[in-house]
Amino acid sequence: MCRYGSTNCERRRREATIERFTVVVIGAGHAGLAASHFLSQRSIDHVVLERGEVANSWRRERWDSFRLLTPNWLSRLPGWSYSGDDPDGYMAGCELVSFIEGFAKAARAPVRTGVNVTSVRRARPGADGGNSAGYRVLAGETEIACRAVIIASGACNLPSVPAFASAVPGAVTQLTSFDYRSAGDLPDGGVLVVGASATGAQLAAEIRRSGRPVTLSVGEHVRMPRLYRGRDILWWMDAAGVWDQRYDEIEDLDRARRLPSPQLVGSPSRETLDLNALASAGVELAGRWAAVRDGRALFSGGLRNVFSLADLKLERLLGTFDDWARDTGRDAGLGPPERLEPTRVPDAKRLQLDLRSGSVRTVLWATGFRPDYRWLDVPVLDDKGRARHSGGVTESPGLYFLGLPVLRRRRSTFLCGIESDAGEVVEHLAAHLTRPVPPARPVPPARPAGSGLDGT
Amino acid sequence: MATVTNGVNVQALLEARDALKASPEAAQFTWRASSKWNEGVHTTIKVQGFSGLGAEQSHQEESVFQADHPEVLAATDNGITPIEYLLVGLASCLSAGVASVAENRGIKLRSVEATLEGSHDIRGILGADSDVRNGFNDIKVTFHIDADASAQEIEALVAQSQKRSAVFDAITNPTDVTVEVA
Repeated sequence: MCRYGSTNCERRRREATIERFTVVVIGAGHAGLAASHFLSQRSIDHVVLERGEVANSWRRERWDSFRLLTPNWLSRLPGWSYSGDDPDGYMAGCELVSFIEGFAKAARAPVRTGVNVTSVRRARPGADGGNSAGYRVLAGETEIACRAVIIASGACNLPSVPAFASAVPGAVTQLTSFDYRSAGDLPDGGVLVVGASATGAQLAAEIRRSGRPVTLSVGEHVRMPRLYRGRDILWWMDAAGVWDQRYDEIEDLDRARRLPSPQLVGSPSRETLDLNALASAGVELAGRWAAVRDGRALFSGGLRNVFSLADLKLERLLGTFDDWARDTGRDAGLGPPERLEPTRVPDAKRLQLDLRSGSVRTVLWATGFRPDYRWLDVPVLDDKGRARHSGGVTESPGLYFLGLPVLRRRRSTFLCGIESDAGEVVEHLAAHLTRPVPPARPVPPARPAGSGLDGT
Repeated sequence: MATVTNGVNVQALLEARDALKASPEAAQFTWRASSKWNEGVHTTIKVQGFSGLGAEQSHQEESVFQADHPEVLAATDNGITPIEYLLVGLASCLSAGVASVAENRGIKLRSVEATLEGSHDIRGILGADSDVRNGFNDIKVTFHIDADASAQEIEALVAQSQKRSAVFDAITNPTDVTVEVA
């Protein structure tokens, strides 16, 4: 007989089918798998839930010619590095998927694929003022009780497109870098590429090579040469310690985390893909797209200044590299210091573009991404829906983020940054687990403190 | 940067930035001007009150501006032309930005001067050629800055001041403007 009424009965029935793990990791990309690696190392039982397959976004949400920005020798995961014969090359999308799959196997990550998490909430909502006993993770029919959750579902789940996209005339095809596969799929005719991060710059170059007229709308951007003094620019970032700067040492962390990806392409010829290269290839540069008025795209007249900001920032970065090379006695092994030609201001200023004239057939939005946390029922997001965390640690004990830009250091944005991040986040998590579990009911029978890890 | 070098209270601005992050409604300001036509193309504009920080505010004194057209345009030249006021706004906004950024970066300024040129084809406003726009075709600002800083640091001051300039933004980006008859 049921003593508690039907809702409680139902709850008790459900309790019986609830699975229990100490930790649930959401996402089997490089971040989730790295977390799994360190959890296994500490013998903390866990499961990795993956909505698709291992390395899903790299498989399905990138264009055909996609290559990683980091050279192969730098593409490291915990205990797993590139072993092919082209250490200075850049992995194509399919190679990266194999690389991450290899890591998943080597790490023996307990991955469940095809499991779409629909809710993560505290086990006892509200009542315990943050001193939570753990979390409940819902994924379809599956319900998991756990003490800690690592959210490693990626930073780039949804494309960010400005609201005025809805004012673009219907005859113009609109797509995002999620939908784009290759230039050949686009309608013939002009293309307006919006955004000059790595994605926008690469796609503008590729579409221009297909013979289509391309206008690139450029806002604030990060300029970088592919090679500097004979070495890959990311070798410098790594070796000179720029990437080691910690999140709590960065003056404007919010800005560092929102920085667009550098204008780099990982091509076999190791060419530089800055705005001068794009202009030389015949891409027309316009300012930041500000509005649509009467079917016309209106661009900012502040293009010169975004060029200046990027050129000055690059000069400072190269200056840092030169100082480091000199101070550490490496000058002999490197080419001489170089300075790049300033970004050339186009002779003809493009302040507007008539989207009704037929000259532009496609608008390709490369305006960035945002994470998708619609399933997250724990209040750890800010008013813009971004994760609120300090080095991956949230205000909700036992809930962590991993695999976000500049999570714990500048390196975090890149594949090779996950090793130290995941190691440190799991270390914090392990310490959290050694704290006593609060009693499930408000009857407090004395319980030995520090009872150790659940399920072990 | 404990010592203020250029007379900009950067500390107060940084504190305001943090405070307004938490209460965006207090950050909503409305700037106001009122004008009265005199005769010909001569107008007098007065500015004093504005609202912000959740309250009605006021400059200490009312400022009065005269706008007219020059004699070469067959007018009485009681003041500068309206489009010149855009240069006034841009110059003062960018200079304020240079001073604030310099203060924040610990750079002592000795002098900051700017010359501004807005090129304007007046066939637009006269209706002489429908392909010519009414406003400026382009604006050129040239700064002369004397400061304890490298040329690169001075370039960076000027770039950052544009990045955070209200008037630079208002001129370079479209703004939704409503003009109605009450």
